[in-house]
Amino acid sequence: MTLTLTNVSKAVGAHTHIHPTDLELQSGTMNVLLGPTSSGKTSLMRLMAGLDVPNTGQILWRGEDVTGQRVQDRKVAMVYQQFINYPSMTVYDNIASPMRLMGQSRDEIDNRVRDTAELMQLTPMLDRKPLELSGGQQQRCALARALVKNAGLVLLDEPLANLDYKLREELRAEIPKIFEASGSIFVYATTEPEEALLLGGNTATLWEGRVTQFGPTPSVYRKPVDATTARVFSDPPMNFLTVRKGGNALSFGDGQSAPVPAGLTALSDGAYMAGFRPNHLELHQHVSNAMTFETQLVVTEITGSETFVHLDHHGERWVGLIHGVQQLTLGQKLPVYLDPSHVYVFATDGTLVSPAPYAEAA
Amino acid sequence: MAKITLDNLAHSYLDTPKSEDDYALKELNHDWADGEAYALLGSSGCGKSTLLNIISGLLQPSEGRVLFNDMDVTHAPTADRNIAQVFQFPVVYDTMSVRDNLAFPLRNRGAEPSYIAQRVTEIARMIGMEAELDRKARGLTADAKQKISLGRGMVREDVNALLFDEPLTVIDPHMKWELRTQLKSLHHDFGHTMIYVTHDQTEALTFADKVVVMYDGRVVQMGTPQELFERPAHTFVGYFIGSPGMNLLDAEISGRTANIDGTQIDLGSGYEAAPGKTQIGIRPEFVHLSTNGEGLPARVRRVEDVGRHKIVRLDVAGKELSAIVSEEGGIPTDANHVTFDAGHINVYANDWRIAPSGKAA
Amino acid sequence: MEKTVNQKAWFMVLPVLVLVAFSAVIPLMTVVNYSVQDTFGNNQFFWAGLEWFEEMLASERMWAALRRQLIFSAIILAIEIPLGIFIALNMPKKGFWASFCLVVMSLPLLIPWNVVGTIWQIFGRVDIGLLGYTLDKLGISYNYTQDFFAAWATVIMMDVWHWTSLVALLAYAGLQSIPDAYYQAAKIDQASRWKVFRYIELPKMAGVLMIAILLRFMDSFMIYTEPFVVTGGGPGNATTFLSIDLVKMALGQFDLGPAAAFSIMYFLVILLISWVFYTVMTNLDKRDGA
Repeated sequence: MTLTLTNVSKAVGAHTHIHPTDLELQSGTMNVLLGPTSSGKTSLMRLMAGLDVPNTGQILWRGEDVTGQRVQDRKVAMVYQQFINYPSMTVYDNIASPMRLMGQSRDEIDNRVRDTAELMQLTPMLDRKPLELSGGQQQRCALARALVKNAGLVLLDEPLANLDYKLREELRAEIPKIFEASGSIFVYATTEPEEALLLGGNTATLWEGRVTQFGPTPSVYRKPVDATTARVFSDPPMNFLTVRKGGNALSFGDGQSAPVPAGLTALSDGAYMAGFRPNHLELHQHVSNAMTFETQLVVTEITGSETFVHLDHHGERWVGLIHGVQQLTLGQKLPVYLDPSHVYVFATDGTLVSPAPYAEAA
Repeated sequence: MAKITLDNLAHSYLDTPKSEDDYALKELNHDWADGEAYALLGSSGCGKSTLLNIISGLLQPSEGRVLFNDMDVTHAPTADRNIAQVFQFPVVYDTMSVRDNLAFPLRNRGAEPSYIAQRVTEIARMIGMEAELDRKARGLTADAKQKISLGRGMVREDVNALLFDEPLTVIDPHMKWELRTQLKSLHHDFGHTMIYVTHDQTEALTFADKVVVMYDGRVVQMGTPQELFERPAHTFVGYFIGSPGMNLLDAEISGRTANIDGTQIDLGSGYEAAPGKTQIGIRPEFVHLSTNGEGLPARVRRVEDVGRHKIVRLDVAGKELSAIVSEEGGIPTDANHVTFDAGHINVYANDWRIAPSGKAA
Repeated sequence: MEKTVNQKAWFMVLPVLVLVAFSAVIPLMTVVNYSVQDTFGNNQFFWAGLEWFEEMLASERMWAALRRQLIFSAIILAIEIPLGIFIALNMPKKGFWASFCLVVMSLPLLIPWNVVGTIWQIFGRVDIGLLGYTLDKLGISYNYTQDFFAAWATVIMMDVWHWTSLVALLAYAGLQSIPDAYYQAAKIDQASRWKVFRYIELPKMAGVLMIAILLRFMDSFMIYTEPFVVTGGGPGNATTFLSIDLVKMALGQFDLGPAAAFSIMYFLVILLISWVFYTVMTNLDKRDGA
């Protein structure tokens, strides 16, 4: 059971929503679509669901062409950011509704409704109306409805975006468990890198209507193929440093230079973009070959266990995530250290030239 | 700018509240210092919005007083309180230009045109919207609109306090960073008293000097982010702050040791015997996997790789326990026990933290 | 929201097309047919070309009716739109009284046109009508069958009474959609009542107001029943609006050819003015957004 998109694109008028895209989703996988607002996540889901017909390309479901087939004729379930339930029905009837439409027997419906309600922790609320429930419970009800449909394809469009932080955390932990039990293809759209990582599975990063990379989530995170993917899949944002390699020296900033780290000596001379994640910046030197940067501290944010330092490095804004609570004075000069094995090197057009060695080792 | 005093403040949406349960906001006594940044943190329905509306004057409290710089404003209308507020969804005057939006509060108060022009330019520079000054507000993105709301609040130099009601709800994650740091530097540069309501712990902790954690209409703890992280006064704070939250294990406490399912754990300091249900709380950051049989028996159930670290979900004494392991730290396949950093264990009796003996709570 | 391209959808609108064809297009074609021919009955037709159109364009009578009609519509809009907004602004926002007001307001909308006419005809009579009697006792000469001003005042009052509710209800719906935060922000900004209206309420109502103006314009431009019942187009031709004139011509004098030409021009004028309205308003909207 697979869903295959070949050369699928979608434009409305002069506006391209999805550039030609190839994607293959396997049954029993969780697939995250990660990208900022209006990067094409919803458009892509609508194409997968059959709510929209692509301008070019084909959509295959278990090898059978379903391009242009109506959503009603496909086995698709969808959950939206808004909590969509039938307000006049009880939770029980809400969950039962898709099965009643399919004409299943009473006993079968009852069994599945109760099982799913148990899984979604809705059993005590079965006789209540959706509007009497909390936001989290309403969304659980919508999820339950999508699950009982036993659809081969379950599309979740930012389902947790309207929930409180802690509720989101709880449901986020539950969703992979639910999904493991179902065996369907799950597609989950989100704007938050952390959510993608917590859900695991595969991730497709989207940027301006293009899928920039698709693969197992940790691998997309650690081995981005270009700067755009790295930027989309980083929260706080990835830091970038423009460097110029000339012979055995790297020059950057306002005339600073450093010897070329061992792994990068093979690069041809020229301009590059070095990218590194905030959590890899350090205030103390841990490795002997660490690169040192002189920065100025702009803002600090303390989370209780960690400190975000916002730095100015010769006009470039960096964020560092430092372990522990750091008491620092705003405006002070701050030397920061970076282990070269945590650095990605991109060409000036954004393509990856040299991956971060630590990720290759992992 | 002002100091804000909440004096015996309580509020019920009912006309004749009968029991404490009828109060959306239970009795509060607080002094909020001039120029500090406060965050009101809690889940929906905890009373944080009620409190904010009382401070802004949109709601009259059923009991108690609100004072700005020792002046009673409990019944003063919003317009007279000299406050500014940024709402959950951006509120801008669509048909006006960005410039007119920023100038609006000053014009309404009859300020000099030259002064208005100078202030508007200054604010536009602060919020980074100089280039868009002459555009209509209607076509702008949500984060630009939120910046205008913020700018409209800051344009008056005499505001007593800036209030924020979940202002980043509709903002994309990467823009959240930008807006938050901008807010933070504005606070640093101008020293407004700021009150920020949110359900998002990251926003609250990173923004505020002092975080006010609310639960069921009550303030359960007020403290710096570090205090909330290291010494949660209530199990709710332990759960609510931190991601994942604090692990709680039922334990019998006697002196320096806790007994969990027959295993003795060193607490680092001694405790008096406490009545009721006793638990120890340990943050996932201070839980370590061990292979040498030391500590509590545990079984690894799942490992979640969240990028900068890994979350290990374990079974300990029939309960789920989380541990955080660094990005490059390995997880031994034969890990079968967990140990805790003694200095970071907190002890709770009936959900409230108890201090080690000989020390104040 | 993007639209789905699905050619089969055309079949769904087929029934409507058939219905529209029978109810509008075919009768309209009949009218076109009449407008270019002459007939003396007995189903005998003679080609007349554009003769009737030329005759109508030269007719002082039609121009006078059109002038009256435009003045009438302008007055109606000038009264009903501001009045409707004013009422909407002053209606309770929620609770029992909000529902009560909504019901009371909708009552005039439920009364058939000819009944409205009859009500006002009686209401304005000096002998038995409350309004006519009162005015008469106050020493104000009021006779809508004789006096030009009284006739116009009656017709306008009648329309205002009948239709202001529609404007008010639409404006009310527009106001209800404004989130509370806007009013709170305005309070904090110390905006005056007028500025709240000008910068919050009016922009948020703009969409529904456009619909209200269009509806009221088209409807008032085609008004027939009420003035026909009350004044019969008099005194003289004082309240002979386009449609009344048209009926007089077509049925009273049985001048089918000129009447048909008249109808077509009437139709085109409405179409033109509505189109101008619509374009101007959507452009205003776009310019704001740019």
